[in-house]
Amino acid sequence: MQSIQGILEFIDQIFVNLSFWFSSLLANYLPEWAVTFIMMFATVLVLIVFGLASIIWINIFERKILGRIQDRYGPNRFGPWGLLQCVADMVKLLTKEDITPSRADRLIFNLAAVVPIVPTFMILAVLPFGRGMVATDLSIGFLYIVAVGSLGTIGIFMAGWSSNNKYSILGGMRTVAQMVSYEIPMVLSVVGVILLVGSLSMVSIVEAQGQWRLPFIVLQPLAFVLYFTAAIAEVNRSPFDLPEGESEIVAGYHIEYSGIKFAMFLLAEYVNAFSICAIATTVFLGGWQGPILPSWAWFFLKAYALYFLLIWLRGTLPRLRVDQLMNFAWKTLVPLALANLMVTALVAKLVPQHSLVGAIALLAANLVIIVCIVIVKYPRWKQDKREVVLVSRPPTPQMESS
Amino acid sequence: MTLIQVVFVILAVAAIGSAVGVVTSKNIFYSALLLVACLFMVAGFYVLLEAPFLAAVQVLVYVGAIAVLIIFAVMLTESMMSKKARARNDQWWVALVVAICLAAVLLYVVVTATWQVSPAAPPTDAIAALGKALMSTYVLPFEVASVLLLMALVGSIIIAREEKPEEE
Repeated sequence: MQSIQGILEFIDQIFVNLSFWFSSLLANYLPEWAVTFIMMFATVLVLIVFGLASIIWINIFERKILGRIQDRYGPNRFGPWGLLQCVADMVKLLTKEDITPSRADRLIFNLAAVVPIVPTFMILAVLPFGRGMVATDLSIGFLYIVAVGSLGTIGIFMAGWSSNNKYSILGGMRTVAQMVSYEIPMVLSVVGVILLVGSLSMVSIVEAQGQWRLPFIVLQPLAFVLYFTAAIAEVNRSPFDLPEGESEIVAGYHIEYSGIKFAMFLLAEYVNAFSICAIATTVFLGGWQGPILPSWAWFFLKAYALYFLLIWLRGTLPRLRVDQLMNFAWKTLVPLALANLMVTALVAKLVPQHSLVGAIALLAANLVIIVCIVIVKYPRWKQDKREVVLVSRPPTPQMESS
Repeated sequence: MTLIQVVFVILAVAAIGSAVGVVTSKNIFYSALLLVACLFMVAGFYVLLEAPFLAAVQVLVYVGAIAVLIIFAVMLTESMMSKKARARNDQWWVALVVAICLAAVLLYVVVTATWQVSPAAPPTDAIAALGKALMSTYVLPFEVASVLLLMALVGSIIIAREEKPEEE
């Protein structure tokens, strides 16, 4: 029993020990400041390489599942089960001609392809991937994520403007309207959790869920749904992919981009989608906590399960219209998030912390909000009471075949 | 020069350079983007002063919200988008006088003020202390600010609301 626990502990801490071993190895040859610098650099490198490499499996995962949902096979030509499709796509994108439209603003056009990537990778720095596996545990953790996340808008906007194309300007404007609106419910929904934790640090949020012995999705189910909905809109994923609606504005803000620059937008989109799943895992699903399996395995298991949900939604729901999008944000999500915040603040003060009673009270408060909203939003007396009457149709005259 | 001073000089040059760019740029979209860069550099100063909360709020409010709204307004203004839009009008000399007066006041304050350096270490849990201060000592200004924001919100809704035709 002891030995099994020892092995589990070893596997759990394998990456942490690896980094300790590497830094002590360096300490033999280099002064202390150099070791610190190299370790910081190495951490950043690992995060960036992880982000880039994860595209390979996220992409194939998404396309395979989307294929199944749409009753087709998905990529199945290159490599076993089509697993190497992403490599083929990369080669294709890298060898394409790099076009800059003659009327485009060359400087901003090229800059805009790089800008959306930067905040995407900056978010990875505060995510706890496992026990002790966090690049930097900022005391302002969640605020940092929100602040950095809001930078992506500017990159997309620059792309839309500099292309000098009416579709891309429309796409850029839609992006700003959407991201500014959905940022509010996204932040407000997490504030309830932060009230319960009493800290903005992502590591503390995970540890608080250990103290409650429950993930916050049980205590704050409404907040989880609100966060996930708003976050999908924030990263422009279907069904909120209006900024790149193919059937309306061709491809929106990245219409004029080709080759590697187009790949950069794609990259930012995939890593963003993964990071909202990772943030939801950390804040609502207990992060790396879980029995038996090593902590980092739990983290990725939960994050990719949420990513599966994201793909499922993409394959199921049709795209919203612009007016529906704005109404949904301001008339449904924001009031719900505010109601949730106020009720959570009240209940969290009344009930004891870290207890089953408190958890049940918070869950009940959430259910009350949901029931109230359903009663207000879909009242029975407003239901359409008209009955459908089937009228028998006169038989269609048969064509005489001559 | 210590490392912090080197970083400070780099940030200062970048901030002032982009601020000059905001005013001198012919293209108003460039001005807006340079403003974003300038505000971002100010966030860098806050990080340098070990005030991460202020830095995050600076990025969130100024870069994420205000600058984006400015860019949005620029995009929605038809003649602003063309490169022929004039960056200055006939009242430029009035603005110059006001700007010089403001610069003189600021310079006077900066030169004559005695700058005190606190020997205390930066607080470790600044956010909790800030929250408590806002909710106890400074609760009146906090509430006044929220009432002001509420008024702005109600006002904007009233301005934006469509006049509905009378229903029969």
